[in-house]
Amino acid sequence: MSHQPVAVVGIGQTHHKRKRADVSIAGLVREAAQRALEDANMDWGDIDAVVLGKAPDLFEGVMKPEMYLADALGAVNKPMFRVHTAGSVGGSTGIVGSHLVSSGRHKRVLSVAFEKQSEGNAQFALGGGKGASIGAGGAFAPFIRAYIRRSGAPEDIGWMVAVKDRLNGAKNPYAHLKLADITIDKVKESPMMWDPLHFLESCPSSDGACAIVFTDEDGGKKASKPPAWVLATAMKSEPGWYSGRDAVNPQAAHACSQEIYNTVGITNPREQIDCAELYVPFSWYEPMWLEAHDIAAPGEGWKMTQSGATALGGDFPVNMSGGVLSSNPIGASGLLRFAEAALQVRGLAEDHQVGGAKLAIAQAYGANAQFFAMWAVGSSLNPLG
Amino acid sequence: MAPTENDIAIVGFAQTAPDRRTQLTEADLVLHATRAVMADIGLDKSEIGFTVSGSCDYLSGQAFSFVQNTDAYGMVPAINESHVEMDGAWALYEAFVRLLQGDIDVAMAVGVGKNSNSDPSTLYTIEFDPYYLTPLGTDTWSLAAMQARALLESGKATERDFAEVVVRNRANAKSNPYAQVSGDFSIDELLAADYVRNPLRLHDLPPTTDQAAAIILARGKRAYDLCDRPAWITGIDHRIEAHLPTVRKDITTSVSTRLAAEGAGAGKAPIEVAEVHAPFGFQELIVAESLGLDASTEINPSGGALASHAVMVAGIIRIGEAANQITKNGKNRTLAHATSGPCLQQNLVCVMEGDQ
Repeated sequence: MSHQPVAVVGIGQTHHKRKRADVSIAGLVREAAQRALEDANMDWGDIDAVVLGKAPDLFEGVMKPEMYLADALGAVNKPMFRVHTAGSVGGSTGIVGSHLVSSGRHKRVLSVAFEKQSEGNAQFALGGGKGASIGAGGAFAPFIRAYIRRSGAPEDIGWMVAVKDRLNGAKNPYAHLKLADITIDKVKESPMMWDPLHFLESCPSSDGACAIVFTDEDGGKKASKPPAWVLATAMKSEPGWYSGRDAVNPQAAHACSQEIYNTVGITNPREQIDCAELYVPFSWYEPMWLEAHDIAAPGEGWKMTQSGATALGGDFPVNMSGGVLSSNPIGASGLLRFAEAALQVRGLAEDHQVGGAKLAIAQAYGANAQFFAMWAVGSSLNPLG
Repeated sequence: MAPTENDIAIVGFAQTAPDRRTQLTEADLVLHATRAVMADIGLDKSEIGFTVSGSCDYLSGQAFSFVQNTDAYGMVPAINESHVEMDGAWALYEAFVRLLQGDIDVAMAVGVGKNSNSDPSTLYTIEFDPYYLTPLGTDTWSLAAMQARALLESGKATERDFAEVVVRNRANAKSNPYAQVSGDFSIDELLAADYVRNPLRLHDLPPTTDQAAAIILARGKRAYDLCDRPAWITGIDHRIEAHLPTVRKDITTSVSTRLAAEGAGAGKAPIEVAEVHAPFGFQELIVAESLGLDASTEINPSGGALASHAVMVAGIIRIGEAANQITKNGKNRTLAHATSGPCLQQNLVCVMEGDQ
């Protein structure tokens, strides 16, 4: 086996906002990458290869932007790789970067993901420029209604997730939305977008970028700050439509987390994992993913939300960063999940730190809830002892 | 050679017939290419541990266009799958790296591009720096013409040399059943044509093609189950250089190609056949020089990218053709090159060897 240990030694992100008019696309990605390099105590010349991820090029109207971004990301004369796997792309960008190190191809790799939504119109682009896009909320609302009917969850679960994630986001200096005064009533009274999703149960539209520096085992041991160790990675895909498909609890989601658990040796996710960053662009996806990833039993995910288990002080905190509900630079949203999980096990998450986090998972999903990317990271190579 | 578990080989390659304007969807093209390569080597899809494709939303005119294409794989139950917004040659690179993780032993890389949907002279204006270059309305053809002009003025080549590349590739393409453009032409006949972008004539430009291609890779001894004579990848590397051609020191050479060739160990032994991805005929001269090839290497027996040029596919086809030289044509050491971006901005080099 050529598989070698991989460490996360640098993490950087932009201050995510509705419109980052102060920077170009190049300026945006460079801001995140520069912070990651500073965190890793490295300079541009230390990086061997760059991996860039983003969602559809139609979002900014720039075809294959990695060509133009090669200069800003210090990739000149180096390998530069471009990943695009729909909403899961940020996660895939992290996984592909880590694989370049674990395969022994490179010692130090920079993975960067971004979206500058304000430069285009995502809703327009989702419809291929032909209009008639129902948007992501319109696509996912039927799955959410099916989940509610199936599980018998009370209607306030979605509102609770919306409040919890925004309160977490208020503790994260980089979050787009900082709604420290959000309440259940405010969520409930916000306009209905796609039944049952209210406006405040939906992700914002953000400009932002995220960057991660990976090194080999030696680099991880010599890092100036505590590293996070990549314990397992997985990417699973299934068709968006097929006869008998369970879109609420997609088989690919289940397969993806099972592969992670098997690799790490996790037999009881709820007990053994300290915290999770899950891709929750619409509130109800928190309980749905807790079930699809076997953290909660079928029909029981919403009870974890209701009991406060998923809050920052709960026994299984979810989306400590504020999640996609607080910042959604689409292409970067997956890598932000992966980065936050790493920050947690490095003990560097400051006001949104889960005390003593040793093992964390992160997940991103895309398209018709059919593409999944996940990883598990640990404070050591063997956090389960 | 006795392969180690970290040795990876190309064991199968298939492409669809190139078409100037197909009625098929990209998903159809992927279906045909992937089914063809599996049938050719007797592989069932359940044996593939990882599938990755390269395609481009802007060619399809549709955000998330690759999502529909994945329907061609048969993803029930769920599969390990990824996608790059680059030529299939880079998808193959991801498959190569994925195989090195050691948990799977067969992977499939796919490239697909339905280029007939758009007018290249308008579409490719948006693959540049959106603030400084795209607003000028500059297209890939114009930038290539700039590069060709620089090559002429450097004294390294003449317009006659440009035409010679085209004549030779089109003649080679006559024996390639997957050529869209082929035939016997004379240099003088080609030079009599009008310029499209001075000093480039129509025959210097890449054909517009709809096509897909698929390659199967296998790790270690597994390769022999699928192929009598696997094409072992002994080196693969890719590099990018500055985006603005004006920032590069000398566009009559390709630094990123030279670095990728060094990284892939191209110069360690003679190369018998090289498949060079030169969308514009004259670029073959630049790439061949940067690869360090001499007259002993046969270049583009397939007719190269002038025989068919589906953007997102032409690169992976070069790898497939160079692999075929080993798996089916008895050659021992071949090289494939793929390119992307204005004036050869990004380049990949893959060196393959057969058992001797």
